[in-house]
Amino acid sequence: MNEPKPIYLDHAATTYVDERVLNIMLPYFSEVFANPSSFHTPGLRAKEVVTEARSTIAKLFNSRDEEVIFTSGGTESDNLALFGIIRAHAAKGKHVITSAIEHHAILEPLLHLKKKGEIELTILPVNREGLVSVQDFEQALRPDTILVSIMMANNEIGTIEPIADIGRAILVWRKEKATPYPYFHTDACQAAGTLDLDVEKLHVDLMTVNASKAYGPKGIGILYVRRGLKLEPLVIGGGQERNIRSGTENVPGIIGIAAALKFAQDEKEIENARLTKLRDRLIEGLLTIPKTILNGSQIQRLPNNVNISFLDIEGEAAVLYLDAEGIAISTGSACASLSLDPSHVILATGLSYEAAHGSLRFSLGKRTTAEDIEHVIKVMPDIVAKLRHMSPVNLDMKYFA
Amino acid sequence: MSDPNIISPASTDARQGDVVTNSKDKGWFYTDAVKEHFFHPKNFMDNEAEYADAAMGMVGSPACGDAMKIWIKVSPETHRITDLKWKTFGCGSAIASTSMMSVMATENGGKTLEEARKLRPQDIMERLGGLPARKVHCSVLGDKALRAAINDWYRRNNQLDHIEIETGRIIDKVLKITDHDIEEAVLDGALTLDKVQAKTKVGTGDPSCIPEVENLIRFYKEKYFGAE
Repeated sequence: MNEPKPIYLDHAATTYVDERVLNIMLPYFSEVFANPSSFHTPGLRAKEVVTEARSTIAKLFNSRDEEVIFTSGGTESDNLALFGIIRAHAAKGKHVITSAIEHHAILEPLLHLKKKGEIELTILPVNREGLVSVQDFEQALRPDTILVSIMMANNEIGTIEPIADIGRAILVWRKEKATPYPYFHTDACQAAGTLDLDVEKLHVDLMTVNASKAYGPKGIGILYVRRGLKLEPLVIGGGQERNIRSGTENVPGIIGIAAALKFAQDEKEIENARLTKLRDRLIEGLLTIPKTILNGSQIQRLPNNVNISFLDIEGEAAVLYLDAEGIAISTGSACASLSLDPSHVILATGLSYEAAHGSLRFSLGKRTTAEDIEHVIKVMPDIVAKLRHMSPVNLDMKYFA
Repeated sequence: MSDPNIISPASTDARQGDVVTNSKDKGWFYTDAVKEHFFHPKNFMDNEAEYADAAMGMVGSPACGDAMKIWIKVSPETHRITDLKWKTFGCGSAIASTSMMSVMATENGGKTLEEARKLRPQDIMERLGGLPARKVHCSVLGDKALRAAINDWYRRNNQLDHIEIETGRIIDKVLKITDHDIEEAVLDGALTLDKVQAKTKVGTGDPSCIPEVENLIRFYKEKYFGAE
């Protein structure tokens, strides 16, 4: 039997490392390897390249160099933003606002802090497209709100949130109440490769970015922290990263994330246009299968995200059949997660449990071709038909209501 | 090193049919036997019209992620299952378990209804060479659907005294929560009192039952996931 050509459509989980990024990183493993804190020439060289990388990233963010803090990845950056602000400003208020479709790296720490009694939490609902309403947000603001954390783009359904609008609403609130609070954090991990990261246009005070979803290495992340903002550190030690994040700098990782973000941001216009065309073709092709619905927004959508629910089938079974065809995707089904509940994101958009169990995410990337998309459109109907044939369930379309 | 969550059919653990660890953070992939039954399911229902008169049992719902329907044909003389067909909505593990159960119920001339009633999820898992720990709960519906079909057969054949209604022993007298409910919660991954309470609310109406609930959690945890 011929092995089918592998088609990787799980770039939202993680991307491969761009070869150009890899080549730029390579000398920093065994040639320029010294500790940037060391006082000798090799150490100074390492310090210089870290400074250069920080400066590259600061330009992409339209920020100052010292506002860029390197961490071990998206989860650490999110945790640092939340614990850091909440604990450093506990005396000023305990109220935090977030959304129902945040990544676990936001929701779990916040639920933990809530359980410990350190915060009061408002979780904003989203509409059917996965969008937070700015009006809902404004109504949730309280005099003791110290932090707001809303993701820039959702990892499962690709919905792009109105970050700049929320940022503006916060600026108005602060001015009216003559207060520096609340601070505004956004998790931009899914957006790093495709959306504008200008912190002045977004009006954010803190922003999480990582490399592993933008063709850079894993194990490196950034927290943008607006100048003057006080944060309690999570990792305490030698005082690196302005005392906010101790630990010897991951020099190859830092070089890698700077290169990956630079390439992604420089090339995003052309690549986004290409991906959007492929995305829309895949959506159109898959929606010809009966009893399917697109999750997320048609317009406010990442250029590489397709998420569709197929009624009467269970997502993990579909993932396994597709895997046998060499196609790698993800599902929001409970069976494919650590919990027994299906995706909290799909449920938050108001879809039924039934439809959430049958949700599949196809996330496209730089190597995805039109042929790949046509191949998926070709094999999918048979897989769905086979699983539906095996299923005793025959649900009404009302489950999509 | 092989993945400790997956047990090979040759191992002692596999022969016991239980999963070797309750660790939930790894162990994901299926054995060859599971894959074979998942990609080439045996005895699945192709033509429901032909089985309109057959005894039928169904459990689960699409909302909880698993639903199974089973039809059996039984010899009135020997009470052996001569034919079993099924349909399953569920993940790879659920589909493979139902398929394997259909083979086990009908092989070697078929099990008698009394034998078939005793088929346990662990027996099915053993034949599948084990399942990842977090998948165990997906395999426990098949035997329940089979028992429901067996009851249906007795009902259709007017042997009502043979019907066995599955009732558990009541643990929480206020909320009428049974040992069976707690077993289900443990199978669903609730391995602490907090988590079982989150699923069942047990003990919130009748706190005096909590020590017994804790004992049951320990018992079912060891039964399905092995001793720590």
